[in-house]
Amino acid sequence: MSQTTTEGAATTETSPETVAPKKKAALSEGKKAERRLGWLLCAPAAITMIAVTGWPILYSLLLSMQRFDLKFPDRTEWIWFDNYVTVLSSPYWWNAVWVTVLLTVVTVAVELVLGMALALIMHRALVGRGIVRTTTLIPYGIVTVVAAFSWRFAWTPGTGYLSEALGSEPVLTEKIPALMVVGLAEIWKTTPFMALLLMAGLALVPDDLLKAAAMDGASAWQRFIKITVPIMKPAILVALLFRTLDAFRIFDNLFVLTAGSQGTSSVSMLTYNNLIKGLNLGIGSTMSVLIFIMVAIIAFVFIKLFGTAAPGSDDGGKR
Amino acid sequence: MAGIGGAETTGKKVGWGLLNAVVVIYALFPVLWIVSLSFKSSKTLADGNFIPREWSLENYKNIFSTTEFTRALINSIGIALIATAIAVVFGTMAAYAIARLDFPGKNLLVGVSLLIAMFPQVSLVSPLFEIERSLGLFDTWPGLILPYITFALPLAIYTLSAFFREIPWELEKAAKMDGATPGQAFRRVIAPLAAPGVFTTAILVFIFCWNDFLFAISLTSTEQSRTVPVALSFFTGSSQFEDPAGSIAAAAVVITIPIILFVLFFQRRIVAGLTSGAVKG
Repeated sequence: MSQTTTEGAATTETSPETVAPKKKAALSEGKKAERRLGWLLCAPAAITMIAVTGWPILYSLLLSMQRFDLKFPDRTEWIWFDNYVTVLSSPYWWNAVWVTVLLTVVTVAVELVLGMALALIMHRALVGRGIVRTTTLIPYGIVTVVAAFSWRFAWTPGTGYLSEALGSEPVLTEKIPALMVVGLAEIWKTTPFMALLLMAGLALVPDDLLKAAAMDGASAWQRFIKITVPIMKPAILVALLFRTLDAFRIFDNLFVLTAGSQGTSSVSMLTYNNLIKGLNLGIGSTMSVLIFIMVAIIAFVFIKLFGTAAPGSDDGGKR
Repeated sequence: MAGIGGAETTGKKVGWGLLNAVVVIYALFPVLWIVSLSFKSSKTLADGNFIPREWSLENYKNIFSTTEFTRALINSIGIALIATAIAVVFGTMAAYAIARLDFPGKNLLVGVSLLIAMFPQVSLVSPLFEIERSLGLFDTWPGLILPYITFALPLAIYTLSAFFREIPWELEKAAKMDGATPGQAFRRVIAPLAAPGVFTTAILVFIFCWNDFLFAISLTSTEQSRTVPVALSFFTGSSQFEDPAGSIAAAAVVITIPIILFVLFFQRRIVAGLTSGAVKG
């Protein structure tokens, strides 16, 4: 509403300025209009994003400092950092942290290798490029829960083809095998996304350069390591950042495949269990804040690595 | 010489064909398995065969005979469409401003949306759960639409601002010279040119909303606003002794169909949309 009033005021302002025959004034008026339009166009997006994230983040900080259990609402009180002490001294929390870190590191590493191979296939394919690109988009697009159910049923003794083929040990009831299945499901689902981001980087590598290197006797591997990878570095870092932060929030696959049993909870899974199943808002919020801090640290490290190539900066990745 | 060249390319073509086959099998295997499960009859459901021994539509009949699934399907479609529409409109406006206009706070907005793109969504679940309960938004459509818009906006802004940088802006200048205001230039000249980018973004945002599970399971509690991914995880089978796998598989196939259609028809656009945002920032 306030925007309309400022616009109204601005239009009345124009009349005295048009009287003065100054080119400079007219220009700055144009600048002002551009500014107003910029703010006006960005306002709905900015207001929504800030309203749905800003206040809740502050609120979760407040909640994390209270004893707040919806099962005992009358025992709510300020306990400052006691929740943090409880969470940080809990073996369940640390187990979840390690499970999350392990899954993140392993899946992202495998995805980088597989994704690069897939990207090279999609970039260089002589035949059937369209088919390959279309089918690789299916794992990206499919609902994670659907894919997770497919894997769960595949490993269910009796029902599943994989458990039939590979001996009917119930893999999803033991920690390490279950985590491997979860990792597999993650890798299957997200490698195509990684590959697409990497393929965009591959497109930046000039063909002439590769041909010249081949003429000079560089092997395919040397060309890849010495030319392709350095030129693609910004794209690789972007892909790694996106995938790392995404992998760190792993929830859907775990929920369907193990529901966090046998110590396979990730940090997101544990937070969900405390919050929605346990209805403990204080502890749930404390975990939320801790996850936020961990993600911020990961993002900070990556942005340090990016330097100016950070996505969003005006010259990011363009050269 | 031509003969040798020809032989070589045939060899290469076979090689590529094999590689392509590996990729296609990799991508489709789990999908085919869930399709196969959905067509198995209740007798053969647990036989562990990859291909059904007995084809039947019984699972599909079952899921469409309960409100548990049909209501969830309506919720999923409604919520995803509304969230997509709003996110794309807001995103288009902001991306135009970011790509074309000079104003203070622009970098701040880009920074904030980048932060939100990286944000651990679970961190918002606890406060939103409590805030939505007190505002009466818990277990309603808007209660899900709001977080979806928020998390779709960074995606929309990035993809769209990358598209907008490719548009021939001389046309806008020409329109302005003919006396159009910046607002008119946006509506009359640029918006039609930007439509393909906007459409691509809409598909990506829709896929994001359609896929969400964490918000949907945390911020809903009844059929009233539960989306399909969540309803799936609550399927129990019509009797205590019935394996819900068949119903789950059938419902899973139903919600996968739109995605497969998008991918088949708009492959090129989706690839362009996903990569432009990432590389060009």
